[in-house]
Amino acid sequence: MFHRRSLATLFATLILGLLVGSAFAQVELRMTWYDDGAEGVVMRELLDRFEAANPDVTVVMDTVPYSSGILESLPLQLASGQGPDIARVTNLGGLSQYFLDLRPYLDDAAYWDTNFGPFLDWMRPAGSDAIPGFMTQLTVTGPYINATLFEQAGIAVPEGPTSWEEWAEVTRQVAEATGTPYAMVMDRTGHRLAGPAISQGAQFLDADGKPDIDDPGMRSMMQLMIDWHADGTMNPDVWIGSAGSYAAGNEFFVNAQVVLYMSGSWQIGQFTNLIGDAFDWVAVPNPCGPAACTGMPGGAGVVAIADTDHPAEVARVMEFLAQEENLAEFYGRTLFIPGHLGLAESGVNFVTDNPLAAAALTAFSQQVPQLHPIAYAMQAYPYNFVVFNSIRDRLTQVFVGELTLDQALERIQADIDEALREAGAN
Amino acid sequence: MAATPNAVQRLNTLAGDGVQRVYALAMNTLGLFMEPAQKLVGVRRMAYLFVLPNLLVFAIFILFPMLLNVYYAMTEGGNLYPQDRPFVGAANFERLYTCTDYGDPNTCLEDRFWRAARNTGVFVFFQVSGMVIISLITSMVLNRKIVARGFFRSVYFYPVLLSPVVVALIWKWILQRDGVLNAILVAVGLDPVNFMLDGTWAMTWVILVSIWAHMGFYTLILLAGLQSIPAELYDAGAIDGTSTMQAFRHITLPLLMPTMMVVLVLSLIRAVQMFDEVFVLTGGGPGSATMLMVQYIYMTGFGTQNPRFGMAAAASVTLGAVLLVATLLQLRVGRGSERHLA
Repeated sequence: MFHRRSLATLFATLILGLLVGSAFAQVELRMTWYDDGAEGVVMRELLDRFEAANPDVTVVMDTVPYSSGILESLPLQLASGQGPDIARVTNLGGLSQYFLDLRPYLDDAAYWDTNFGPFLDWMRPAGSDAIPGFMTQLTVTGPYINATLFEQAGIAVPEGPTSWEEWAEVTRQVAEATGTPYAMVMDRTGHRLAGPAISQGAQFLDADGKPDIDDPGMRSMMQLMIDWHADGTMNPDVWIGSAGSYAAGNEFFVNAQVVLYMSGSWQIGQFTNLIGDAFDWVAVPNPCGPAACTGMPGGAGVVAIADTDHPAEVARVMEFLAQEENLAEFYGRTLFIPGHLGLAESGVNFVTDNPLAAAALTAFSQQVPQLHPIAYAMQAYPYNFVVFNSIRDRLTQVFVGELTLDQALERIQADIDEALREAGAN
Repeated sequence: MAATPNAVQRLNTLAGDGVQRVYALAMNTLGLFMEPAQKLVGVRRMAYLFVLPNLLVFAIFILFPMLLNVYYAMTEGGNLYPQDRPFVGAANFERLYTCTDYGDPNTCLEDRFWRAARNTGVFVFFQVSGMVIISLITSMVLNRKIVARGFFRSVYFYPVLLSPVVVALIWKWILQRDGVLNAILVAVGLDPVNFMLDGTWAMTWVILVSIWAHMGFYTLILLAGLQSIPAELYDAGAIDGTSTMQAFRHITLPLLMPTMMVVLVLSLIRAVQMFDEVFVLTGGGPGSATMLMVQYIYMTGFGTQNPRFGMAAAASVTLGAVLLVATLLQLRVGRGSERHLA
């Protein structure tokens, strides 16, 4: 009798345990993340707050390298249906087929349309009204200079509209006077080259919106790059010495190995931490060409992935992160230009006591309205990464003598045409 | 308290009984399956049954992926799953092999494939021949009674134990613009060299680093081959007044030939498959100066945001076919020389 009662108690306890357990079942979401600086720390704190308020959901951040993790592995994971629930990406248009439309799960979709509207077009197929995510930052490409080196060289920093050729000349003088190894360095990506190329007159897209690369503007910018690599103006370690993929030149700038660094607004947080006040780093307006003085817009977005098993929970996380006060904190602490129209208008309280960082933020923000329409069109073009990657790789082949400029331009067009044909986008 | 001899004997007997019982139980259990199987297929066919598990593993993990790869080579598009990929027949191979002048990659539709093929040819030729010659010399030195022979044998083998990524990173730090080698060059009054920014230098270093990293393995194989040559042959040669060179040519080399063929085949396959060390050391650059075939396949299929799985598969099928032919040729030549020796 006693034995039977014990068994009954045991089963009852087990069943109760299962019921209680399932009531508090944890949904684990995975977020693929990369860091430009230390923004992952801020994101983790926001997620901790979300988890405290939502004990049934945990979000695990998988922080990966940008080049191998985000650019190379993530697309394959998404294509095989093995991707995360949420990801931070920059190839917004190219990966848009894998994004989840959050609209049916959101309490206030109008808030998203109002505050993220123009940027949502970058991350969804043309004509769609899907809401896949929000921007963690709006970026603008542009150059930084080491103003301390100018001071040491006794050379004035150019003011007003200044051409790329003039910047090359003046930074060469500074490098020579201060014993700095190289005058300039540019991140190894076609995206960074695009702004200067548009300034020189490159059109990128034809009247039908298809890529058409070979024009005098593109030739002019490519020739400048070829000349700068040939005469030692440009640090060759980044473009020539980093074959195969994206490479950043920030290390050389942080270590005062170059006078001018062509990159973008996302470096501000990192420079604040790594350079601090070791030397004066200044964001200067984008240099000019005959057609414009423009950089490229861009940015990174946190997006929901369509293959998730927990779309409702993903939407809850996204709604929490996209709240105005949370994004204000994220942008403010990471020193990122806000990709939220309301905050862009009301202003973000950037958390920095570094006047150099504050000045750089102002400088990049002021460039947003000056960006050329072609720059916006290229950013919105869903296959822009095909164009940028081919320009990067073929131009490098010109630097090392494997191709002539004419051959490179032919190859770029052929690469793009073949990629679009395979993707069924012709 | 120490056990008495009687207690020890009893324990041994008990342990022996235990082992026998476990063995008998295992055999009886096995017999439950084997006896009916033997009755079903017959004794002579039981061998096939024994190799079946291994064959299944081979079929699932080797044969099936190989066949799938051949199918991928005949499809195109960015979709990953075979059922979503349009079938294009031999179009990828046609594109891959279309050139107006095979000596000039710029005239080929897939110029990077031909650059990679040319680089792989150069790499394989110099790396394999360099590896075999240096390994042979090293093994002959280590086969002699030299001081600290054991130490030197370990030293040459040590790089083999390192991960290819570690090997590449170590040499990257040595060879980069502000690396150790340039610091030494500057210290002795020479100009620094940007080794990784010049195609010829980069390929030279890729070959040397690869030889350094792998020669220990092949040295060990050749050393074993040398030690299997009977010393009496050298003694007999010495009595006949054979010089060192004659002994090498007429005794060592012929008797070492079977081992040399193993080394040649293994190093050739490894050289053609080379990827990780070169990828970390140079990334295939400058430009595409050190991009080898496996890197081309990786970059085409996985290393870009617009993957071309079909083209990558076509290139890997081509590489597999070339490797198969080269290995068969080597084995044929090896057998010919063995027959000649016999």
